[in-house]
Amino acid sequence: MKKVLALVLALVMALALVACGGNDSKTPADDGSKTPSTDNQTPSTPSNDSSAASGRVYWLNFKPESDEVLQNVGKLYTEKTGVPVKVVTAASGTYSQTLNAEMGKSEAPTIFVVGNQAGVRDWTDYALDLKGTAIEAELGFDAFTSCDMDGSSNWRFVGHMANLEYYYEQEGTPWTECPPTLTGKYMDNFKNLYDLCINNSLTAPTDLSVGGHDASEEFRSGKAAFQVQGSWEYDGMKEQVPNATMIPYYCGVAGEEKAGLNCGTENCWAINAKVSAEDQQATMDFMVWCVTDPEASRMLVDTFGVMPYKNAAESTNAFLADANEYSNNGCYVMNWATNFQPNVDEYRAALTSALNAYNADQSDANWEGVRTAFVDGWAAQYQVVNG
Amino acid sequence: MKQKKISGLNMIQASTRRWWPLFLGPVVAAFIIGFVWPFIQGIYLSFCQFKLIADAKPIGIGNYVRAFKDASFTHAFWYTTLYTVVSLVLINVLAFAVAYALTQNIKGSNLFRTVFFMPNLIGGIVLGHIWSMIFDGILSKFSTSIVMDSKYGFWGLVILMCWQQIGYMMIIYIAGLQAVPEDMIEAARIDGATKAQTLFKVTIPNVMPSITICMFLSLTNGFKLFDQNLALTAGQPILTQPGGTAIKTTEMLALNIFTTYNNSSANAHGTAQAKAVIFFILVAGLGLAQLAYTRKKEVQQ
Repeated sequence: MKKVLALVLALVMALALVACGGNDSKTPADDGSKTPSTDNQTPSTPSNDSSAASGRVYWLNFKPESDEVLQNVGKLYTEKTGVPVKVVTAASGTYSQTLNAEMGKSEAPTIFVVGNQAGVRDWTDYALDLKGTAIEAELGFDAFTSCDMDGSSNWRFVGHMANLEYYYEQEGTPWTECPPTLTGKYMDNFKNLYDLCINNSLTAPTDLSVGGHDASEEFRSGKAAFQVQGSWEYDGMKEQVPNATMIPYYCGVAGEEKAGLNCGTENCWAINAKVSAEDQQATMDFMVWCVTDPEASRMLVDTFGVMPYKNAAESTNAFLADANEYSNNGCYVMNWATNFQPNVDEYRAALTSALNAYNADQSDANWEGVRTAFVDGWAAQYQVVNG
Repeated sequence: MKQKKISGLNMIQASTRRWWPLFLGPVVAAFIIGFVWPFIQGIYLSFCQFKLIADAKPIGIGNYVRAFKDASFTHAFWYTTLYTVVSLVLINVLAFAVAYALTQNIKGSNLFRTVFFMPNLIGGIVLGHIWSMIFDGILSKFSTSIVMDSKYGFWGLVILMCWQQIGYMMIIYIAGLQAVPEDMIEAARIDGATKAQTLFKVTIPNVMPSITICMFLSLTNGFKLFDQNLALTAGQPILTQPGGTAIKTTEMLALNIFTTYNNSSANAHGTAQAKAVIFFILVAGLGLAQLAYTRKKEVQQ
């Protein structure tokens, strides 16, 4: 009896090993049997003839709220062209781990999100240079945002509102690289607006560190008149609050009556430079189709708010219309210098912690802690990344 | 009859000789794939700069220099040591006390054992989130929360781990206590030993093997703790020192390695890998030293 049991156990284990090995060995062989088309770098419209389809598209996405739409767009494309499209969504908190793991596999993502400028540098070896490709031809103007939605809500302050300090510190010349140090010259202006927010909200400042309040719901249900929010939330509130409007960060800086809205994106797409040329081409065709096909771009624009491509569907987002109105009236657009935050997760975590201490006791000493995390923390994280 | 038995044995031996690769092979293969190879690769990678494992290029000992110079790593080491010492003592003393109580023929002791053991069946991340809600529920009455003060984070983690681990260690101690020979206890009683004397002079020396294994488990568990640390505080509160270096005050070694790995520096992965190798040597060294020390205290029955 024991002999039989031992044999069964050994067999189960052997089977498990065979199963593991089988999966791995199968897929590269499949890829290798097709001839990659290396010379075909010219823009081409995807044909509807599914027999001509080659390559694959694997889109690693980090916006859970867009997952369903992306899956549908992918299905639509596969139906029309026969090119397999796989969309995988890793929520923001686990995205970098998933990206690291997936990029090492033989069936690596062909298109992935690199986040902000820091991320572009981080993944530069793996991102295909899109100069002269069909994608670049479609890219018309700089983007209004469709941006990262973290589970928690601290990004409103340590990410987006912090931008007003960075923006004014640029003194009119937008950064093109992450500056090694900050001066913190406009910290008091940041404090003005921050104090206004935390001291006049539904939740006492001392309770903010625990979290768990649904800010958007508070706004939708009319419990609060202001919310620090972005255009991506328009879809979620246009029903309940049809006449909601966006106003700039007014924080006591000279000349700010000419301020417009903050604009930027953390959702930079990159095509994997290390997958086969065939897969790159398939992915590029897919992306061009996404932003030009009326049906597909309608779906994407409705979920992202806007897409910065010439032939994409018109945006129906009223918040973006607000932003355009400000710039049409001659106001300056506050670009997202916040995208240059070095080692962004750690920088923001330390700043959050300092703000927690300040919320609990709004003393000058605690604000100094915030300033240290904001200004010195920037320099230290810059050293971590570049040192 | 005798003849037949021997030939049967020979047959088993013969087939064992022929078939041993079938029985040993899967285990050896699994061990090499799952442990030996990744371990060797890990040590190699700690001397490399890499983004993906496939593109690793050797850079010498730079990663180790960075790891030792990192103030957050040093802080995490001392914090982990302090936590491990405190939790080791508390978990083992309490687990032994509970086990001792539950071997005194009290009513419903089987039910108690089951209930005490059950927390051990819940995963660390889940436990961390549940307990952070419990602690915040209490602390919010005082307008604060677990991420506001490293003292809360420390004792919160100790309470959490006691709650989770005591039941497990208790089972090991119960097994040890039940193996203490009745006649020894009886002889002690006849000789007029008090209950305390019996406990310290007879029972404890006899359960030393259990103490050895429990101490080893709680020592290594303490050093390797990750899930609960991540879910409960994730290193908060973070203290930014003048100059900008951020110290996560409740960050333990494993979490520190994890955070380092996910930094956006070109050297992040290699440095984290070097820290992981240092971490392995540390845990293995301490574990073996502790084993050698407590083994000496064990008695032969």
